[in-house]
Amino acid sequence: MNRPKTWLLVFVALIWAASWFQGAINPYYFDILITIGINIVLGVSLNLVNGYTGQFSLGHAGFMAVGAYVSAAMTIFLCPRWLAACGGGSTAESALFLGALVAGGFGAALAGLAVGVPSLRLKGDYLAIVTLGFGEIIRVMVQNTEAVGGSRGLSIPARETGLFTTYLAAALAVYVVVSLVHSTYGRGFLMVRDDEVAAEAMGINTTKYKVMAFVVGAFFAGIAGGLYAHFKQFIHPEGFGFLRSVDIVVIVILGGMGNTPGVILAAILLTILPEGLRALAALEALPVWLRGMIQNRMILYSLLLIGLMLTRPQGLFSGGGKWLRWWKRRQA
Amino acid sequence: MTEFLQQLINGLSLGSIYALIALGYTMVYGVLKFINFAHGDVYMVGAFAGYYLAPWVWKVIPAGQDTTRFSWSSSAGAFAVLLLSMAVCAVLGILIEKLVYRPLRKRPRLTVLITAIGVSIFLENFGQYLFGADPKSFPEILPDRAIEGLGDLTVMVNQSVVLVVTLILLVALHFIVMRTKMGTAMRALAYNPAAASLMGINNDVIISFTFGLGSALAAAAGILNAINYPSIDPLMGILPGIKAFVAAVLGGIGNLQGAVLGGILLGVLETLVVGYVSPMYRDAIAFAVLIAILLFKPNGLLGRVESEKV
Amino acid sequence: MASLVEKEAGMSPLLEINDCTVAFGGLKAVSELNLSIHQGELMGLIGPNGAGKTTAFNLITGVYRPTDGEIRFDGRSIVGRRPYQITARGIARTFQNIRLFASLSVFDNVRAACNMHLRHGISHALWRGDAFAQEEKAVEDRVMELLEIFHLDHLCNAPSTGLPYGDQRRLEIVRALATRPKLLLLDEPAAGMNPTEKQELVRLIRFTQEKFKLAVLLVEHDMRVVMGICERIAVLDYGMKIAEGTPEEIRNNRKVIEAYLGE
Ligand SMILES: Nc1ncnc2c1ncn2[C@@H]1O[C@H](COP(=O)(O)OP(=O)(O)OP(=O)(O)O)[C@@H](O)[C@H]1O
Ligand SMILES: [Mg+2]
Repeated sequence: MNRPKTWLLVFVALIWAASWFQGAINPYYFDILITIGINIVLGVSLNLVNGYTGQFSLGHAGFMAVGAYVSAAMTIFLCPRWLAACGGGSTAESALFLGALVAGGFGAALAGLAVGVPSLRLKGDYLAIVTLGFGEIIRVMVQNTEAVGGSRGLSIPARETGLFTTYLAAALAVYVVVSLVHSTYGRGFLMVRDDEVAAEAMGINTTKYKVMAFVVGAFFAGIAGGLYAHFKQFIHPEGFGFLRSVDIVVIVILGGMGNTPGVILAAILLTILPEGLRALAALEALPVWLRGMIQNRMILYSLLLIGLMLTRPQGLFSGGGKWLRWWKRRQA
Repeated sequence: MTEFLQQLINGLSLGSIYALIALGYTMVYGVLKFINFAHGDVYMVGAFAGYYLAPWVWKVIPAGQDTTRFSWSSSAGAFAVLLLSMAVCAVLGILIEKLVYRPLRKRPRLTVLITAIGVSIFLENFGQYLFGADPKSFPEILPDRAIEGLGDLTVMVNQSVVLVVTLILLVALHFIVMRTKMGTAMRALAYNPAAASLMGINNDVIISFTFGLGSALAAAAGILNAINYPSIDPLMGILPGIKAFVAAVLGGIGNLQGAVLGGILLGVLETLVVGYVSPMYRDAIAFAVLIAILLFKPNGLLGRVESEKV
Repeated sequence: MASLVEKEAGMSPLLEINDCTVAFGGLKAVSELNLSIHQGELMGLIGPNGAGKTTAFNLITGVYRPTDGEIRFDGRSIVGRRPYQITARGIARTFQNIRLFASLSVFDNVRAACNMHLRHGISHALWRGDAFAQEEKAVEDRVMELLEIFHLDHLCNAPSTGLPYGDQRRLEIVRALATRPKLLLLDEPAAGMNPTEKQELVRLIRFTQEKFKLAVLLVEHDMRVVMGICERIAVLDYGMKIAEGTPEEIRNNRKVIEAYLGE
């Protein structure tokens, strides 16, 4: 039973060791590595809501925005004062950065609560559109808040996000989601997804589980937002719109709803894919029309979505269990 | 007072656009019980169809290009553009349903929803690839000027065209749904699919017809909007699409009168908020309405109550 | 026999439905229903198709709210409670149109129903300490024990929806038992079973009822099953109770015969 915790500790130790060498990584690859980590956090946390709990949310980028802005505001407005008060130092800086991330997470969780509660009575298509609406409302609100730059965007002075923080967040998100769904308590999420009426009849407070999924999911989206803000050092309300949410949804669907390893793979694949496409689009050998089409990755994503739903609605990477069993049988 | 009246008229013409799009959502929901997420993008395609068709129409009716004054030819030209683009979108709608939604008809609703999102994103981005991402200027197909003799009120001719054409389309739709065999079958299918197919109704044909009809109305909305606001781009369908969906829910999804009522109400409300509160909240207001309506009157103003059988 | 003793001693019933009505639009699916079940009693609820039996179950379990009337369980009103709260009070049910958790295995379907009685919550699931391990182990043992009673233990890793019909229905009963009910509502548990399976089911219902000291309300179309195990039977027709009594009395009741043969 304690294996997951051991895995977590080993992984954290590994990335801590690896992060000593992050200065040696080529900036281009470093950028991709961090983006992969952030996308894992986003995909895995959305998977708790959309995949395991079956509450189709289209507003994950909204929570990301809350986290990004709350943590950025902390860094900009509060941290300098606190740093001055405690005399500065790099340890204090790191601690304050972690504090800002967590604050962003809690801010987003609060927003998740605000979305989760009214969404309880809604299902499927309605819920999807209402969450989309919430995401857009958050965006409009940020746009109208001059204190954080409004529609001009917001610059963050320091680039705090590194390999360690990013992958620590990713590891924690995976650990929390996997531990939850692999416990009798957390099976409640799956029950809600499979059959709400039966779940209630088995004594499950479906309301509680749905809200919990939204809150936990939003928390990690908020963390991801904070990481993103302190990595790109510039955030803009338009960057957290509907299309960003769709990006995350594509990760979850491609990986397979309710399939965490699949979602991690999908996060990696979909982060690298645009880079690959860019390289492909630069190839002179390809016809011009194809190069033009490749430049817009959304064309490919949408075709991928439609194709998957028509042929493999369970996602690209599900059936991993089947392969594992086959492998074990061969070994035996 | 004049200002309020002015806002009301602006709201009505915006509301007409929402109503026309909302009808498509509601009709499809009626027969298939699913929200066609890509519907707003059909509206966009409608506007672009008009953009590319207008020069062709003018080749046939050269005098139609002269929009310095009203003439039979300019009206005929505009009318032809409208009808042709409605036809293009009807075909598009039928095609989307046949190729993508039909194979998924027995699948979970979530699968269909995701597919619809996929279709929507495809239309938007393929549109960007095909038409270019920059906004285009919709050609002037009707002479636009203020109607004279209304005192302080400024009502543009095109605004009144929107209202009149919408009214005509609504009457035609009412006739189709209530009086024709196809319309009756459509209502039967919406009411009880199993019984309808027992009665010898071919569901596939009706569903195609519904998609065609709804998409044609969306195209009409696209053209009508473009003659007032000529800047068109491939992403222009997203927001009106969502707002029209809100209108359909507001009126009670599945209910045709409800869609029109919801569209008009939302259009007027949005215009008033922009005029009297702040233009910043133009886009947020629809979502606020949606959330409020789902919380307090989830079946909408005219919707019928259904309880899940256990 | 226990129930008869209790009744004569004047003990209050476990479940008491007073003048309950459920209407869907104009249709009264259940109309002014009165019904009471005592501790440890095995009662039957029968009636022609569409009589309102399943609706009565939904009424008791809180899926539908009565338009009128009162329901008391264990001395307290349960009207307006959410279904999970009613389950927590001690009423469990099976579904006529089987509603197993499709993505969960046989084992996990039963384990899921143990969720309600967990002493530990989210923090234990995350920390995964000793208390968590012990409780998970206890739950697993209980699940296996219940599955063994219903001869489903060898299928415990199979996907639940792949099972034959009869096994699925038995699994639904096991799942309901896992919530530790005082009253068990069974909606057509023998539907789709062959005669041998039905016989075995009757034995199992009797056995569990005694072992767990349950009251059982049984909806069933197979008269041999109903008459064979129920001490008392109530008959619904068009939402109304038209008769109640011992199997013997029901068999000879004119109204009941008319309801089944009539029209
Ligand atoms: N959610 C609902 N909405 C509308 N009508 C309903 C609903 N649930 C049940 N009914 C109607 O109530 C009546 C009683 O149905 P119910 O399912 O309770 O019958 P039943 O006795 O269980 O029948 P069967 O033996 O066929 O299972 C039927 O006419 C049914 O159509
Ligand atoms: Mg029934």
